[in-house]
Amino acid sequence: MSAPAADTPARPLAAAHPWSNWLIILVPYLWLFLFLLLPFLIVVKLSLSQTAVAQPPYSPVFDLAAGFAGIRSFFGALSLDNYRALFSDSLYIGSFLKSLEIALISTLLLIAAALPVAYGMSRAPRSWQPALVIAVMLPFWTAFLIRIYAWITILQREGLLNDLLLALRIVDQPVPMLASDGAVYVGIVYSYLPFMVLPIYAVLCKIDDSLLEAAADLGCPRWKTFWLVTFPLAWPGLAAGALICFIPIVGEFIIPDLLGNSRTQMIGQTLWTEFFANRDWPVASALAVALLCALLIPIVIVQRMQNETLGARR
Amino acid sequence: MIAIKSAFKTKAKTAAKTAAAPRLTSISRFNIAAISAGLAFLYLPIAILVLYSFNGSRSVAVWGGWSLRWYRELLHDSAMIEAAWTSLGLALFSASAATILGTLAALALTRIGRFRGRLPFSAMIYAPLVLPEVIIGLALLLLFVAVDFDRGFWATALAHTTLTLCFVAAIVQARLVDFDRSLEEAAMDLGCSPLRTFLTVTLPLIVPAIAAGWMLAFTLSLDDFVIASFTTGPGATTLPIRIYSQVRLGVKPETNAICTLMIAVVALIVVTASLLSKRYAMSGERAAALGAPM
Repeated sequence: MSAPAADTPARPLAAAHPWSNWLIILVPYLWLFLFLLLPFLIVVKLSLSQTAVAQPPYSPVFDLAAGFAGIRSFFGALSLDNYRALFSDSLYIGSFLKSLEIALISTLLLIAAALPVAYGMSRAPRSWQPALVIAVMLPFWTAFLIRIYAWITILQREGLLNDLLLALRIVDQPVPMLASDGAVYVGIVYSYLPFMVLPIYAVLCKIDDSLLEAAADLGCPRWKTFWLVTFPLAWPGLAAGALICFIPIVGEFIIPDLLGNSRTQMIGQTLWTEFFANRDWPVASALAVALLCALLIPIVIVQRMQNETLGARR
Repeated sequence: MIAIKSAFKTKAKTAAKTAAAPRLTSISRFNIAAISAGLAFLYLPIAILVLYSFNGSRSVAVWGGWSLRWYRELLHDSAMIEAAWTSLGLALFSASAATILGTLAALALTRIGRFRGRLPFSAMIYAPLVLPEVIIGLALLLLFVAVDFDRGFWATALAHTTLTLCFVAAIVQARLVDFDRSLEEAAMDLGCSPLRTFLTVTLPLIVPAIAAGWMLAFTLSLDDFVIASFTTGPGATTLPIRIYSQVRLGVKPETNAICTLMIAVVALIVVTASLLSKRYAMSGERAAALGAPM
């Protein structure tokens, strides 16, 4: 058997059995092709179709049995009408802008909330740190839905927060807190906090303490050291956390649905309504494609980062 | 989405390990306050939910003494029990399938250098980690409609497998990239076949990551509401869908009870698996160091 030479990068599995390699690649590849890529192609196709009162509720339906003429009439029937509707209806544009606004503001809020926690964690005694990381992660193994439900208990009209405010005589009538943008922000910050804390913590840990000591020796006050030394060095973590939170928040459904008011919808909710309530599958698909296009750039950046972090450790 | 958990968990772990510089020993009052405030914010809502599941009174505002009343009522809620079984079955199936597929994908990405189509492959694996769930749900539903596959348990199982295999792949890949590949080379040099090298060296080393991946896949499937509501049909109501329809009607103590049970199940899985993987990691590393050419 030919063992790989010591100075070439070893690829043990590749060395002997090419067919087993193909199996290793092919099985997950085929799966992802069938259940990820193909569905997206169908979404794109459907976004160019029309609604129909039929089962399935759209036309044209791809029909190979009709032969070449059928395929030609299929492509002839596709149109950009749904996208025109998307860009001319203020409902869709409005919910797009609303989603971007909420995602942007909550990402900033997340940074503000996560920075002190991550900083505190990175300054804590070394022996505490693994436990702190686990403590930050742990709530996120519990269901999203459950965590949002917990906030309903707190924020509703007869909820605990209103009880507390009344008991402390800060207010003399229950304040309506649920069904507002404020409640949505609380829900988002609560749900996404670890994804912001952990990347920031990871970069803060790598900062060389001697830099901070040097600043202190030179008479720099702590807050100024933080602003001039720590913060610029923490940028990569901030950027990673911000992107990883921003992308899914734009398409968020559960949080605005349960905590927000029904007048202003985020894009995920609009897609949902078009699909389930209006049964307009083509418009829902067009919305999905538009959402995907809007998020494409941040998604590509995240993938780059993922590849780089894994590549760097190789 | 819930969980880029995985990728960052491992990242943060290595960060904690590699922070070799001596720390300033004292921790300032500001830092203690920041950590405590952060943890309180994360844990208080869950703690309140658990506490009120034991509330004897129906109203959230009134504490009616400790009671297991709502848990007893759950026992009579046959729809909820059926949903729980559906969700458990779904999570078991999709976590196991996703673990196999995700591990293969991770091996393909790390152990088989460059192959044609590697870039779209890795793109397909990483996209679902951040993609909004409504898009994935819609896309899969349209696929099932196009090929005339009935919506329900199996459609949801396929959907969950697809989503969670990406998380498994991310975790296992991080582990495969991390460990010392000279162990594998040594085994090969000493005459182990590739399959045997994989079984006796590689596999024991990545078992903790595989276990963590299975666990994450299981909880993700158990938690998922958005994708399941697209792909499921009558007769296959999952627990989150059932809870969601209750929550829309308002806060009910029975909901607190079922949520507490779900939290308990997930906590149990996380704790057992982390204990198991610690033991495995130790014995695995030792076995690989000592017994590669066994």
